Amino acid sequence: MDFSVNDDVRAFVIQNFMFGQGAQLTDDESFLEAGIIDSTGVLELVGFLETKFGIVVADDDLVPANLDSVVRVARFVERKMKERSRIAG
Amino acid sequence: MCGIAGILNLDGAPATGDLTGRMVSALKHRGPDARGLHVDGACALGHARLSIIDVAGGHQPMTNEDKSLWITFNGEIFNYLELRAELEARGHRFATQSDTEVILHLYEEKGDECVHDLNGQWAFAIWDARRRRLFLSRDRIGVRPLFYTFTSKELVFASEIKALCEHPAVSRRIDLKALDQIFTFWAPLAPHTIFEQVKEVPPGHSLCVDDSGHRVREYWSPSYEVASPTLSEDRCAEELLALLTDATRIRLRSDVPVGAYLSGGLDSSVTTALIKKIADGRLRTFSVAFESPEFDESTYQNDVVTHLRTEHTQITCTNGDIAQVFPDVIKHTERPVVRTAPAPLFLLSRLVHESGYKVVLTGEGADEMFGGYDIFKEAKIRAFWAAQPQSVKRPQLLKRLYPYLRNVQSQPDAYLQGFFRIGAGVSSCFFSHAPRWQMTSRLKLLFSSDVQGELAGYDVYEDLKSRLPQGFEQWDWFSRAQYLETSILLPGYILSSQGDRVAMAHAVEGRFPFLDHRVVRFAASLPAPLKLKVLNEKYLLKRAAAGLIPASVARRSKQPYRAPEASCFVTPDRRGRLPDYVEALLAPDRVAQDGIFNPMAIGQLLAKTRAGRTVGMRDNMAFVAALSTQLLIDRFKQTGA
Repeated sequence: MDFSVNDDVRAFVIQNFMFGQGAQLTDDESFLEAGIIDSTGVLELVGFLETKFGIVVADDDLVPANLDSVVRVARFVERKMKERSRIAG
Repeated sequence: MCGIAGILNLDGAPATGDLTGRMVSALKHRGPDARGLHVDGACALGHARLSIIDVAGGHQPMTNEDKSLWITFNGEIFNYLELRAELEARGHRFATQSDTEVILHLYEEKGDECVHDLNGQWAFAIWDARRRRLFLSRDRIGVRPLFYTFTSKELVFASEIKALCEHPAVSRRIDLKALDQIFTFWAPLAPHTIFEQVKEVPPGHSLCVDDSGHRVREYWSPSYEVASPTLSEDRCAEELLALLTDATRIRLRSDVPVGAYLSGGLDSSVTTALIKKIADGRLRTFSVAFESPEFDESTYQNDVVTHLRTEHTQITCTNGDIAQVFPDVIKHTERPVVRTAPAPLFLLSRLVHESGYKVVLTGEGADEMFGGYDIFKEAKIRAFWAAQPQSVKRPQLLKRLYPYLRNVQSQPDAYLQGFFRIGAGVSSCFFSHAPRWQMTSRLKLLFSSDVQGELAGYDVYEDLKSRLPQGFEQWDWFSRAQYLETSILLPGYILSSQGDRVAMAHAVEGRFPFLDHRVVRFAASLPAPLKLKVLNEKYLLKRAAAGLIPASVARRSKQPYRAPEASCFVTPDRRGRLPDYVEALLAPDRVAQDGIFNPMAIGQLLAKTRAGRTVGMRDNMAFVAALSTQLLIDRFKQTGA
């Protein structure tokens, strides 16, 4: 796993959804179960991923399996970035 | 409608009126028409009067024939004419035409039990000189406020906390448990207030103080023992309309003109239509419109005005208006709020006052009594889904919720479902409110480490559980949801921060036909499907009101009253100005000095809001809650309120 992606995602989540108070956040903690992302928060997260990493998040991608913890998001971003590289290459 | 205040010396020492006089002065906005003070032995009673009934003769504090009882009273007893006739038949002689005197004679007759006979909204204190006993009472639902504190030697009470703060021994130290409650339930759990030393007499309770000590006693609480249905739907609708008509009729009793609020929704349209039906003639109505179409309901308001031919006055509220009046609003709410919604109502009451009106009828209470709020629909869909958790179709119904919230509507299905799956099963006490409360609880991340440390051993949900009525867990989820709305949010936010406090800031009395206790009792006895039929909210009320109101209003789906939130405070107004207090109160040094919040967390929130990224409900609530808390600390520290 690319730690910089992991760190960027983690930093965004803590800053944006936890008012910077996220020292206790573990990388595999469920955003939904912990109430970290509210009913609209995933849209903010998607906006961040598309801008920061230059990926396109399709409607079918909008599922907790991809976006419900720091580690899941990081893996999802890496996969998307690889797909983009393959297409570009 | 008025403001009351008083002091009882617990050691029996003679009272003086100086301090009570200052307390009355602090309540002048509630009662600008006259002031009164009476000192009798160990007790001093004060009164700031808004003259509505028996304008000439209703001066307070008021006494009985032999001057053994003295009363100071804030509120209205709507069935006072009927009670007076009964009392006169039993030999009581009246010196005035006021409802206040009726309470005194009823107390002579029935003592503390007199409250059961009252139909109204009240907070009063009766000094029983012979028994050296002070009796304080607050109405069933909590329409009128009543705060008190014990110092080392005295009981001090008043309609508002700012009057108590005139007493030098009353501390303004924040009650962190109450803060936790507000940052969960949107309201403190009575008797808590935001100040540690100040308590409120809870709705439906009395407080008695005499030589043997003090006792707080519950005389009424909402009960949801659903009667087995004996009436048809048609008969239920007829019964409801008859009750509402009578509740409205007795709420028109006044020696000054009565107006009405119009929101454009079903409830205020019904009360306004009933006023016109009962007393056809000139009727003044008042409403708030919003510059932003997202919040504006003036189209529907105008439909009602045209339909009922009222004489209407409207105020248009801008984001800048909200920011401008917010500090004054918090001075009056005397508690942090998570919504700006009280601010436009503060502006509306000012308009009513400037129009020469003192009394308005409103539709408050219908959503709690007849299942109007989205939280009931939300819980119903969640319960339906929980019965078949694997169902794909059932959670699709979640899209039917909150049609007016764009961000919720654009939410991916999986996330919408994930959010509303929160909480324990349908049988758990707080099933209906779990998503809302858990979302609000996230605001506590803003607390400083000191505050978090002090609250570490406090479980706000266990505290609430310990206050629930016996048998609560056996009630169906709909009744439990209604109880929670009626016992927490209604008195602790809707009727206070959005009700009494912002209306009385401009000496305007609200009257609420839907909160007549006969209507409340009838509504509570109805089976849930007559309130929320499938997903059709306030079903029986709509049936009862058919033909009274415009079809456009009857057909429209519920849109809760909302106002623009965090953006108001960081967006320049039309003249390019930003409110100056926001930067000052949320500055890191100031936040650190006040001690409630973590300066870094507030800084992050402020930066996000300034960047226009405070788009979700939780962030908006966080900003308004933090700002209102800082304002509260500032107002009560700086000015002595």
